[in-house]
Amino acid sequence: MTAGLNWNLVDVIRQLLSFHFMVNALRAGTIVAVVAGAIGYLMVLRRQSFAGHTLAVIGFPGAAGATWLGLDAAFGYFGFCVAGALIISALPGVDRRNAGLGGFSEESAAIGTVQAFALACGFLFVGLYHGFLNGLNNLLFGTIIGITDQQVLVLLIAGTGCLVALVALGRPLLFSTIDPDVARARGVPTRLVSTAFLVLLGIAAGGTSQITGSLLVFALLVAPAAAATRLTAQPAVGLALSIALAVLITWMGETFAFFSPYPIGFWVTTLGFAIFLLATAYRGITDRAGRHPTIPSPPQRALSESTTR
Amino acid sequence: MNRRGSDVATGTAPGPDLAGVIHTAAGDSVAQPSHGEGMGPDREVVWLSGAAARLGGQTIWSDVSLTVRPGQFVAILGPNGVGKSTLLKAILGLVPITAGQARVLGAKPKVRNAAIGYLPQRRAFDPGVRIRGVDIIRLGWDGDRWGVPLPTLPWAHRSRAARQRVREVIALVGAQSYAHRPVGQCSGGEQQRLLIAQALVRRPELLLLDEPLDSLDVTSQASVSALIQSVCRCEGVAVMLVAHDINPILPYLDQVIFLAGHGAVMGPPEQIITAETLTMLYGTPIDVLRDHAGRLVVVGHQDLPFQQLPRPRHEP
Ligand SMILES: Nc1ncnc2c1ncn2[C@@H]1O[C@H](COP(=O)(O)OP(=O)(O)OP(=O)(O)O)[C@@H](O)[C@H]1O
Ligand SMILES: [Mg+2]
Repeated sequence: MTAGLNWNLVDVIRQLLSFHFMVNALRAGTIVAVVAGAIGYLMVLRRQSFAGHTLAVIGFPGAAGATWLGLDAAFGYFGFCVAGALIISALPGVDRRNAGLGGFSEESAAIGTVQAFALACGFLFVGLYHGFLNGLNNLLFGTIIGITDQQVLVLLIAGTGCLVALVALGRPLLFSTIDPDVARARGVPTRLVSTAFLVLLGIAAGGTSQITGSLLVFALLVAPAAAATRLTAQPAVGLALSIALAVLITWMGETFAFFSPYPIGFWVTTLGFAIFLLATAYRGITDRAGRHPTIPSPPQRALSESTTR
Repeated sequence: MNRRGSDVATGTAPGPDLAGVIHTAAGDSVAQPSHGEGMGPDREVVWLSGAAARLGGQTIWSDVSLTVRPGQFVAILGPNGVGKSTLLKAILGLVPITAGQARVLGAKPKVRNAAIGYLPQRRAFDPGVRIRGVDIIRLGWDGDRWGVPLPTLPWAHRSRAARQRVREVIALVGAQSYAHRPVGQCSGGEQQRLLIAQALVRRPELLLLDEPLDSLDVTSQASVSALIQSVCRCEGVAVMLVAHDINPILPYLDQVIFLAGHGAVMGPPEQIITAETLTMLYGTPIDVLRDHAGRLVVVGHQDLPFQQLPRPRHEP
């Protein structure tokens, strides 16, 4: 590539946008980042990262299988990820009654078994489809080259549906994440909400896989969300921050991938990791600085005043 | 409305022979829930008649009959594992009632859960939970509505009312200084107050509190008990509260439900909280003393070996 990365942003953007494949990569990346940032934030709050990773890995046999059968890889990604979500939500223990406060204790062992099996199936499909090996790297580690207009359209439809569903689930989803017992008592169908969320997570993971590859989905799904939860404890702000960080690292990652010989998966993962480290360091510093002696007196007095009669 | 005065005067009189009201699973007698004149089951806050609950194939309790009226402060006592939490869950309709009848706020259990404030028996939030106390209280206000709150004009007054109410209950439980911190960083007692605020935020008609005084220090126990009692008095909310240590709530109690063996006995505290009754119910010597101010104090004998504690379970 003759173009060079420099500090003249306008020039960089002009170079990027002069290639149609790059325009498509940026479009697809943006869609995927917004969805992954939003769903990922809830996933981190619900402590379902492992389920998210498994769903992403399940996308790999899906894509490999679809290619083997001569279908569009996107069908494979979304089909397998959604099916995987339904399987995981049917596993006992994922929505365990009396799960701990503030999150789920998931049946990692069962989910891990599903994940291993998915990987094995992926390699089987790769084996069945000879001459496919060139694409293996892309399936696992992502690519910015060759994203078609139609792929962008599919991602856009899936992503929009995902976000609309997430907004519709909204408060009951947060409620059953933070306090499942009280949510259930209040009539929130926690089991249904949990399954619906896993399906959304499957769609997000399937979409993200198409950009970062199946193994590096975490870069977009977890890193921005984990950084956001460390930076703020307000759900709305955290969600916005998670989306913003995901979009930022996607744009930067795609730019670096364009100007360097290294794949996008590497760049997005590295940037995600860096942001996560920075956020963790920030948390550590503010926690230490904020450990002032707490002032315990006002509550007692307010309480006894309000209750004496 | 606070009917407590009349309840205590004319209310339940299970008679001195409490042993007769405690039932085995075979249950040969049914305690009659006490009714005032003209009070049908639908007028009571909670009305159970001969109710039984099963969990995992085991009958937890059966033949439980009880009545809770508006504005009453009722304690649920009993040894570990006897089914106190299960009783609250049955009232919420989370555990099915397999025999007998139940009415809660004039309907079948679960139908009117929106008017019930529930505080489950708690485990603590772990330190990693990055959500503020106010957010948790806010979820108690409208967490069961689909969608997200919209800050746009037509809904602005609604979310202003919500914020106002959340501020009110935070002040009520005295949580101002930590309500905006991540809840994982609050102490166990602070979390408990936030969760009590969450149970109160919707102005419930019935409060079901499962060991709310757990993990509170002695002065907090007293002030939280007083707070619950004042909510009960001032807003006519019926309160059913599970406790192991009854001393902090003794002064406020209208009725006591004692779960033991496989049934329940209900009555005013002066009849249940006696040395003979408690000793019989727990199967271990218990004294009820009066302090200099005339208040009751319940004292268990802790030097007994564990084996002598009653086993509440029997095969169904
Ligand atoms: N899901 C379940 N399946 C089977 N048995 C259960 C289940 N939940 C509770 N139990 C049993 O039901 C009994 C009553 O439980 P419950 O939690 O109501 O007791 P409790 O009176 O609240 O005790 P504690 O004072 O320890 O809180 C216990 O023996 C418990 O083992
Ligand atoms: Mg209990």
